[in-house]
Amino acid sequence: MTIERKITAALLAGAVFATVAQAEDRNYRAEAIAMIKKDFRSRGIAGYERVQEDGLQAVCNRSGNRPPEAIAKQLEQDQLASVKLPADGKLMGDWKSGEKIAQSGRGMTWADKPGIPGGGNCYNCHQLDPKEKSFGTIGPSLYQFGKLRGNTPETQKYVYSKIYNAKAFNLCSEMPRFGHSGAIGEKEIRDLVALLLDPASPVNK
Amino acid sequence: MKPSIIVSLALPLALAALPAAGAKSQKPPVKQTAPAAAAAEDKDATTAEFEKFREVMEDSNPAELFEMKGEELWNEKRGPKQVSLAESCDLGLGIGVVKGAYVQTPRYFADVDQVMDVERRIVHCMVEHQGFKREDIAKKPFSNDTHTPEPVSLVTYVASQSKGMKIAIPQKHPKEIETYRIGAEVFQYRAGPYDFSCATCHGADGKRIRTQQLPNLTKPQGAIKSYLGWPGYRMTGGVMHTLQWRMNDCFRQQRFPEPGYVSDSVTALLSYLGVNSNGYTYKGPGIKR
Ligand code: HEC
Ligand code: HEC
Repeated sequence: MTIERKITAALLAGAVFATVAQAEDRNYRAEAIAMIKKDFRSRGIAGYERVQEDGLQAVCNRSGNRPPEAIAKQLEQDQLASVKLPADGKLMGDWKSGEKIAQSGRGMTWADKPGIPGGGNCYNCHQLDPKEKSFGTIGPSLYQFGKLRGNTPETQKYVYSKIYNAKAFNLCSEMPRFGHSGAIGEKEIRDLVALLLDPASPVNK
Repeated sequence: MKPSIIVSLALPLALAALPAAGAKSQKPPVKQTAPAAAAAEDKDATTAEFEKFREVMEDSNPAELFEMKGEELWNEKRGPKQVSLAESCDLGLGIGVVKGAYVQTPRYFADVDQVMDVERRIVHCMVEHQGFKREDIAKKPFSNDTHTPEPVSLVTYVASQSKGMKIAIPQKHPKEIETYRIGAEVFQYRAGPYDFSCATCHGADGKRIRTQQLPNLTKPQGAIKSYLGWPGYRMTGGVMHTLQWRMNDCFRQQRFPEPGYVSDSVTALLSYLGVNSNGYTYKGPGIKR
């Protein structure tokens, strides 16, 4: 049993959120999950198993996305430990290719074909290249990210790891865990790091 | 077909090309000190442009065509049992009563001991009273450019009969309250490869994906967006859609597997959104981006 599982089990047992559970005479969350499990079915690449929350999702779901700090820190460390950095240590790729990946909102829906590489969806939530006016605001603007944060090996490692697993730094972040879930691969993440940090990237102009 | 309807159906095709052209005519990138300022400016430009198209179209609403079709379907004797919905279907206010039904569903129906939303109830009536097969209806439940399913036209007609009325989703029967509470939990449930829930995209004020505004559905001012303009004629694609489709497509974006058509989970979500919208005035079927 991993630490993550143990803590989740504790949460499920109600040890940590007993007060939350007590306030309800009925467990509507459990009823909602049972209902979803009854009503949903696989379509295309979106398999039925996706309705099952994993350990991290369970913790966030049970704490209204605000787990107690000690638990959050421990689980973030678990997530960070599972980040796979490239074997050759090269963390920056080609920002031009990174821009294309950031633009693509494709991937992981039942309408997406199997085997076609997914996109990063970055512009769905972030501003990046200021020339692209169609950008979302669920996440902060990343315009001038490299200019403001520098391009040191530590920053590269942080950005690579953040894209690989956003939850390693913010347990219940709205940002997906792109590497962890296999939505994009090593090359794609490298190119995205370049988009954010390469001084030649339009993000840093 | 009324000439006004022919015109209104041709319009969206002409307009469909415009937003893209508008997006290209940006001001040259000015030197920015605060990126946030640029964001606010652009949001207004895109939204304003879309609002303009909507105004052009609203005086001859293309949804009318589907209302007319739905009215025919409601009154005609149909199905293996050759019965009309007008003489058999109770949407909660009595057999055949359509006025006000849309703004008072989802609600509890004693005959099935269940809470149903309006589309689910209509499908129920088509199956139980007219003798249609549920599997046939559920096979292709959503509109595309060549096909508009009958429940879509029927919902559009029923919705048109609540125009100008206050939204008043009942919360009296224990099952109505329970359905709302479960809906609130479905709304927050994070799962799947992106860890998304409805709340990821619709849980805060003033957010958007690309240029699409994301109403905060946890608050009345946002939740009302799930009634206003629905059922909606979508300019993108030129098809009529109900909230059953909207829920289905949002689950797709959420990277979930597919919810069953007119299933409990969808009714629960629609109860949650509906009750959150209570008190606002419904303006009838509309036009959506
Ligand atoms: C669903 C929305 C969403 C998507 C898609 C998304 N992000 Fe994020 N991202 C966020 C949010 C919200 C935050 C801020 C909270 C946090 O740090 O987790 C964030 C934070 C970040 C940060 C940290 C910023 C800092 O100040 O340290 C980086 C870097 C980042 N995102 C890069 C990306 C890249 C690259 C992509 C595309 C592969 C991407 N994001 C896709 C929502 C998103
Ligand atoms: C990945 C982001 C995302 C998720 C997750 C998501 N939605 Fe949406 N939702 C959208 C977008 C984008 C639109 C379209 C907005 C537009 O047309 O301008 C939308 C539109 C809607 C609308 C119509 C709003 C209007 O103004 O017409 C409703 C209602 C809605 N969503 C409900 C939900 C519910 C309920 C869930 C959970 C099952 C959900 N959404 C999950 C992105 C999302």
